[in-house]
Amino acid sequence: MILGLVEHESGVPEETSLEALTMARELAAGEETELGAVVFGEEGGALEGELGPYGVEEIYHVTHDRLDGYAPAAWGESITQLVSELGVSTVAAPGTDRGHEVLAHAGAALDAPMATDCIAVDVVDEGETYELRRHRWGGSLVEHARLEGETKLVTAAEHEYPIEEAASTTEPTVSEFTPSLDDAHLRVRVERVETADEEGIPLGEARVVVGGGRGVGGPEDYDKLEELADLLGGTVGASRAAINEGWRPHDDQIGLTGAQISPDIYIACGISGAVQHMVGCKGADTILAINTDSEAAIVQKADYAVIGDLHEVVPELTEAIRETT
Amino acid sequence: MNVLACIKRVPNTGAKIVLTDDNQRIDTSNLGFTMSPHEECAVEEAIQQVESHGGQTHVLTLGPEEATEQLRTALAMRVDEATLLETDGEEWGPRATASAIATAIRDLPDEDTEFDLLLFGNESADMANYQVGVRVAAELDLPCVTGIKSLEVEDGVATAKREISGGEEVYEIDLPAVVAVKEGINEPRYASMRAKMQARRQEVANLEPDRAVAPGTFEKIRLEAPEADDSDAEVLGEGADAVPEIVELLESEVEVL
Ligand SMILES: Cc1cc2nc3c(=O)[nH]c(=O)nc-3n(C[C@H](O)[C@H](O)[C@H](O)COP(=O)(O)OP(=O)(O)OC[C@H]3O[C@@H](n4cnc5c(N)ncnc54)[C@H](O)[C@@H]3O)c2cc1C
Ligand SMILES: Nc1ncnc2c1ncn2[C@@H]1O[C@H](COP(=O)(O)O)[C@@H](O)[C@H]1O
Repeated sequence: MILGLVEHESGVPEETSLEALTMARELAAGEETELGAVVFGEEGGALEGELGPYGVEEIYHVTHDRLDGYAPAAWGESITQLVSELGVSTVAAPGTDRGHEVLAHAGAALDAPMATDCIAVDVVDEGETYELRRHRWGGSLVEHARLEGETKLVTAAEHEYPIEEAASTTEPTVSEFTPSLDDAHLRVRVERVETADEEGIPLGEARVVVGGGRGVGGPEDYDKLEELADLLGGTVGASRAAINEGWRPHDDQIGLTGAQISPDIYIACGISGAVQHMVGCKGADTILAINTDSEAAIVQKADYAVIGDLHEVVPELTEAIRETT
Repeated sequence: MNVLACIKRVPNTGAKIVLTDDNQRIDTSNLGFTMSPHEECAVEEAIQQVESHGGQTHVLTLGPEEATEQLRTALAMRVDEATLLETDGEEWGPRATASAIATAIRDLPDEDTEFDLLLFGNESADMANYQVGVRVAAELDLPCVTGIKSLEVEDGVATAKREISGGEEVYEIDLPAVVAVKEGINEPRYASMRAKMQARRQEVANLEPDRAVAPGTFEKIRLEAPEADDSDAEVLGEGADAVPEIVELLESEVEVL
């Protein structure tokens, strides 16, 4: 059996989990075996209707009287026990914080190899071996690799695997599964959730992002970018160089170790276009660069460019938009 | 409280990644090296925790002899001790890396300097395996949490927070523990010139790690640099003269006006 980890919000599966499930179904087809899903949480037992279209035949709903919230080692241990009891050859999880964390725990318990952020996985030798491609450096490099072992663990890179329904809808059966857990598995658990007071549009969701890099020159001049962003109903982001200068908080950082954005347009001002920055804005439909240097890498990577001083262009642009609207 | 931070030497790639002819690695002939920003924050966090609770800081890396450079960066930030697990420069997978680090951690401390906190980056910059910290924790039978952007320690309990959409999850973990952190948890300090000079003379312990080959493998075949769209951008104009064209773009093409 191939097992997919499905995260859900009140019984509605996350998109990233459906991506992983699509990958898992392809593996199950390649190995001519069944596709199962493992789910946690109270509403997890009511996912038959949601997972049937994806070809899931069995749903394992993990319940335990000491497991009332997220606990990474306990989730990993539950998967470990399912793997041994059901003879699972591969577990596929979404490439999310939890997907990576839970699978790493299972990987440690099973002493099994784990390939993260996969974008394609092919079954060879009847499932003895997988040949796969995965992201490195946030996707600026692709690694071709071989994964072998009695149990294999894979995660699907977020928003890379197209979600596809199965050719025919299944009617999955739901089995309750109670793992045996001890104190050690429950040492780490979510004690509580603190909600943030939302201010402004989160970078990841903004339709317009105005980014400022080292070329902005200081914290005050971000006011000009803020004005433009406000006018366009967008949000301001920054490069790591600007954050290291202390001009903006880290929450504003776009890139490999910051936020991933997917706006309609990203206006990058005074940003040179380092790979670690650009992997954060792969999802942007259009990129407009404003830079004094026509040789800057971002001028090649953007769709449109204006060669000039942002301190001059941005305020004039804001003014012109005010006049038109 | 004794705190260890684990870091990894990686090339400081620029605007375009160039591979070696055999497609096995990044061509580093024109590149400098660095550690991941997540790991820089792990080092800073180690120093800050020891500043408020007392104790010793330690930094460790598994890599070629040249990785001493990244250890010295940490020493210049004022970490107390550094250890290199020296390899021949071959890339080690996450399982072998974790096993060597766990063995070193067991062997490193004297009886009265056990580590209370083991800090990792959430993922390495070059490989992003998301697992070395978790595997080390499992080998040492320590509790472990990843993705942490806020950490406070009081009376032997770590309160750690992870960002989720709309808020933060809060974990409370008895030390000793393994915590993998993300950039943003703190602002890493700049080392002074003087500290950098001193770090050059500081001792770095050098150990030879065992490369345990476990059954079941993950093996790189080759790397590929995906074709970037290198067609130049359409230049809308120079300076403020381009403003009408930008407005036109926003209006008709992107339709955000
Ligand atoms: C492992 C790793 C992870 C990283 N993660 C990230 C990340 O998540 N996000 C990130 O952003 N970076 C990241 N970096 C850093 C990255 O490599 C670059 O150093 C950084 O993105 C550079 O920022 P910048 O473009 O603002 O600065 P610079 O490279 O200094 O570029 C400034 C640009 O501004 C232009 N300019 C100057 N003055 C003006 C003006 N008046 N008007 C218009 N243009 C002007 C210049 O021509 C230049 O192109 C990471 C690095 C490493 C090694
Ligand atoms: N070679 C290494 N030496 C020391 N620490 C490492 C090494 N590789 C990975 N790590 C640590 O483990 C974390 C996660 O790495 P990874 O599992 O490769 O994503 C990194 O951020 C480092 O803190």
